[in-house]
Amino acid sequence: MEREVFFACGSDLMSDVLAYVGQQTLLLTGLTNAQVLRTAEMTDVSAIVFVRGKKPGEELRSMARALGIALMSTGLTMYEACGTLYMQGLPGRMPGHG
Amino acid sequence: MDDRFFVHREEYPITAGDFSAAGDASARIKYVLRKLGIDSALVRRAAIAAYESEINMVIHSAGGTLTLTVDRDTIRLLARDRGPGIPDIDLAMQEGYSTATEAIRELGFGAGMGLPNMRRCSDRFTIRSSPGGTVIDMEFTIGKESG
Ligand SMILES: Nc1ncnc2c1ncn2[C@@H]1O[C@H](COP(=O)(O)OP(=O)(O)OP(=O)(O)O)[C@@H](O)[C@H]1O
Ligand SMILES: [Mg+2]
Repeated sequence: MEREVFFACGSDLMSDVLAYVGQQTLLLTGLTNAQVLRTAEMTDVSAIVFVRGKKPGEELRSMARALGIALMSTGLTMYEACGTLYMQGLPGRMPGHG
Repeated sequence: MDDRFFVHREEYPITAGDFSAAGDASARIKYVLRKLGIDSALVRRAAIAAYESEINMVIHSAGGTLTLTVDRDTIRLLARDRGPGIPDIDLAMQEGYSTATEAIRELGFGAGMGLPNMRRCSDRFTIRSSPGGTVIDMEFTIGKESG
């Protein structure tokens, strides 16, 4: 599965994600409930990274397949995962967005 | 623009406390709006507003309905619940104000961002509330995005 993202957003607060996330954004989160997928669906987030070694259950994985959302996991903490991606050149929000 | 003169109306029941089903109605709404060929940026705005109102009814209310109406120029989302109402609407509309419990926060909600976000996403927003229930009426203008 291939998804192109230009921005990233790290949060465990879905209502913050719903308020601030822009288009073509990668979501990093430590939550693995169904509402993370719903939030991604509503905001057109096409890829999610679960931090701190969190692994989504089968329900989430099949939901993601149906929605065409790519799921990934990392052992890094939220801070480390965001920092790593940021240093590789993946920015946060579009300047002036929101 | 084009000559669609459709009127589309669907009503979805929202069950209080049913967190696992929360978002089903909004997912359906997003699907319907896409199917109708509505601009994706507008679909996204409406879907976010629908989802915020659906989650609020699940978390804060005794349950209710979410009604989608689409005609040629307007998407309308009407959220109606059976109470207990919002005692101070001005306060509830402020970013960061929330009465959500710790359990709700652990699920990723309760930042006090939902109502302000619904207002921001919609082109017209009205809210009224009494102990008998809260009614949120949101409209989105079709065709604005593309020109
Ligand atoms: N349908 C409703 N019925 C009763 N009270 C509500 C309803 N919707 C919102 N409220 C009240 O208004 C407050 C603010 O709502 P808002 O959606 O802005 O934030 P939240 O739901 O607490 O958190 P978030 O939306 O960020 O997850 C809620 O905490 C709740 O007290
Ligand atoms: Mg809310």
